[in-house]
Amino acid sequence: MSEEFKVEIVNPEKSFLIKEDVFEVVVPAFEGEMGILKDHISIISFLKPGIIKILSKSGDENYFVEDGIVEFKNNNLSILTSSIFNLNDLDKSKQQDLLKQAEEEANKPEINDQSKYLVDQKIEVLRSLN
Amino acid sequence: MASLDDLKKRIASVKSTQKITKAMKMVAAAKLRRAQESAEKGRPYSDKMNNVILNLSSGISDKENAPKLLSGTGNDKVHLCVVMTSDRGLCGGFNSNIIKKAKSYFAKLSEEGKDLKIVTVGSKGNDQLKRFYGNKIIANMSFKESKNANYFDAEKVGKMVIEKFESEEFDVCTIFYNQFKNVITQIPQAQQIIPLNTDNSEENKSEDSYEFEPDEDEILSNLLPKNISTQIFKAMLENSASEQGSRMSAMDNATRNAGEMVDKLTIEYNRSRQAAITKELIEIISGAESL
Repeated sequence: MSEEFKVEIVNPEKSFLIKEDVFEVVVPAFEGEMGILKDHISIISFLKPGIIKILSKSGDENYFVEDGIVEFKNNNLSILTSSIFNLNDLDKSKQQDLLKQAEEEANKPEINDQSKYLVDQKIEVLRSLN
Repeated sequence: MASLDDLKKRIASVKSTQKITKAMKMVAAAKLRRAQESAEKGRPYSDKMNNVILNLSSGISDKENAPKLLSGTGNDKVHLCVVMTSDRGLCGGFNSNIIKKAKSYFAKLSEEGKDLKIVTVGSKGNDQLKRFYGNKIIANMSFKESKNANYFDAEKVGKMVIEKFESEEFDVCTIFYNQFKNVITQIPQAQQIIPLNTDNSEENKSEDSYEFEPDEDEILSNLLPKNISTQIFKAMLENSASEQGSRMSAMDNATRNAGEMVDKLTIEYNRSRQAAITKELIEIISGAESL
């Protein structure tokens, strides 16, 4: 029996990625990283900023996301996100830009606890990339 | 009757108008293809989002304590209407159709004694509405600088709507936009986004239950604001495709009408030229006869 399932990443503009030969996906879920294998129970969760790792037959891929929702059902994994970047395309200068934006946001006085937490996460992830 | 010279000038001016409308049609056709593509590409996201929310809301245990964006404030007094139109004119009945739909809705609201607040997105809608509903318009946004509908703009509108909701400025929110069916048909739509309409959840109710992490309430309260932006973005995409489609057919009509007008004017020009020649001939002949 094959151990593969389908993953689909959608952003508001288009279907970002569809892959049918995936063994495992690791997503940065809100309460910690979560690995999803075939025949996982149906689950809905949302993402915090982090790296999505996709392990598949045709090679591994890494993506940086800022937010999103994951839904897993009948061996279909859907990831909805409004901002996603392929790590290979994310060069140093772009990382710096994102980092700068995040730092600016973190320093705003009116920020609330939850978004502060998310921004801090983002900064941490971005720093670890460098 | 107009003189030959006048006719000639008119023909020239109609022809140059025709050139402009033809060019506009071409531009609209090219833009339409792009807008249509992005509208189609954007559909999976909003559909998936809707699905997740329907699944969540059918799974939610405690309806009383559900987030207000889903269940409403419990009142039905103040209505916020987000009227989405284009920033440019010359697109046929596109803007008027939305405005007409919106106005009939406004009339119904005032009959029922509800309070009305309007947010216009796009300058054309603002122009048309401010004459009658100027005091009701609480905000006007337009994204003239953005070439294509983008999520960033939609998020701005969404955030504003949510802020106003949280400060309890309204109870029900409806968005007005044109749904793109094909190049000649665009259907004006009124869609209620707050509180969310979950009536059709029965159809695609899933049998298997989900595991939620964290719990349903928390996911929902995070998801619902995003859904507002997503719905607005969908409306923007549909709108921009509709706008280009509408403009294309309007310009096609205009080009055809201009062509007809040129034909008619040319016939009139030729007739009066002939009449003038005949008249001159008669004058010469009768002059010769009288000698």
